[in-house]
Amino acid sequence: MSSRTRVVVFGVAASGFAALLLWGFVGLPDFGHYRGPYGLILNKTVVSARHVTNVPTAVNFDYRAIDTLGEEFILLSGAVGLALTLRSRREREERPPETPDRGLEHTSEALRIAGLALVGPLLVLGFYILAHGHLSPGGGFQGGVILASALLLACLAGEFATLRRGRPWLVMEAAGGLGAAGYAFLGLAGLLGASAYFADLVPLGPMGKITSGGTIPIANAPVALEVTAAFLIVWSELLDQALLVRRRR
Amino acid sequence: MSFLPYAVVVWLFVVGLYGIVTSHNFVHLTVCLTVVQSSTYVLLLAVGYRDDATAPVFTALSTAHKAVDPVVHALTFIDVIVEAVVAALLLAIAVQVHKRFGTLDPDECHPMRG
Repeated sequence: MSSRTRVVVFGVAASGFAALLLWGFVGLPDFGHYRGPYGLILNKTVVSARHVTNVPTAVNFDYRAIDTLGEEFILLSGAVGLALTLRSRREREERPPETPDRGLEHTSEALRIAGLALVGPLLVLGFYILAHGHLSPGGGFQGGVILASALLLACLAGEFATLRRGRPWLVMEAAGGLGAAGYAFLGLAGLLGASAYFADLVPLGPMGKITSGGTIPIANAPVALEVTAAFLIVWSELLDQALLVRRRR
Repeated sequence: MSFLPYAVVVWLFVVGLYGIVTSHNFVHLTVCLTVVQSSTYVLLLAVGYRDDATAPVFTALSTAHKAVDPVVHALTFIDVIVEAVVAALLLAIAVQVHKRFGTLDPDECHPMRG
């Protein structure tokens, strides 16, 4: 199909689709006039019922905790899928490890120093966001991404080849699996120890303090581990491809 | 004004699809897909918005304060993660396509080549 016909066919289909979509949206409540009831009920009850001040976190890790389990497995399977896609060919292409990593020496001193200097502060920020997810915006997913970014910075600062020699994939895969399993088993503990999957096992604690929220902040920890590992697998696999390409030149 | 966010949703969805259909590069195509996906964020957040309301975080506010729907925020948040994963997977496939065909243009890749 020539690109002109393609655009014409798409134009007809898309304008019909857009019209249907707009027609469907006309029946929605006006913007700014959310009618509820779930959001309104949650906003009224979550803080006193769960001792959590960040309501979306309570939704994710308590009311819809089982969906978060599914989402965690989406992330894990995505990372595994990416690793499988890229590794199936890597083994054939990989040269003996004594081949020096050319190109890495080109990382400028400024980039190395700035990258390494940012690792510490980013790690602290990541742990802070992770630990306060039930109080203010943040949580396991966000904290995990920041923690992974801190380690990625170390790689970008030129330490990737060093890290690579320590067989980091083994550690990352184990951490990812451990995080996903930890979250699933935390839910099972609620099922066995209390009434339902992800039921609260620990006391809710004082309102607005870091020890509040019962199981919710605890559930954030394995999630953060899994997210950190999954993102590191994704980035390091892609970085590794870049190294392969560079080495071949 | 009250319909504008929904119109933005439709626009983002369709313009993203247009990018996918006319794309000549798999990386560009992946970015276009994220544009389509971002229309779902706008839709979710628009559905849950309430006039003159704050975010549903009550660290310094009483629960009597008017706040937007937290459920759609949680859903959007899940949406973002899924989008990141999908984009990563598609980029990995793009890397392999480039290795196999030496190009990233979908029109230049002929999988049936003997």
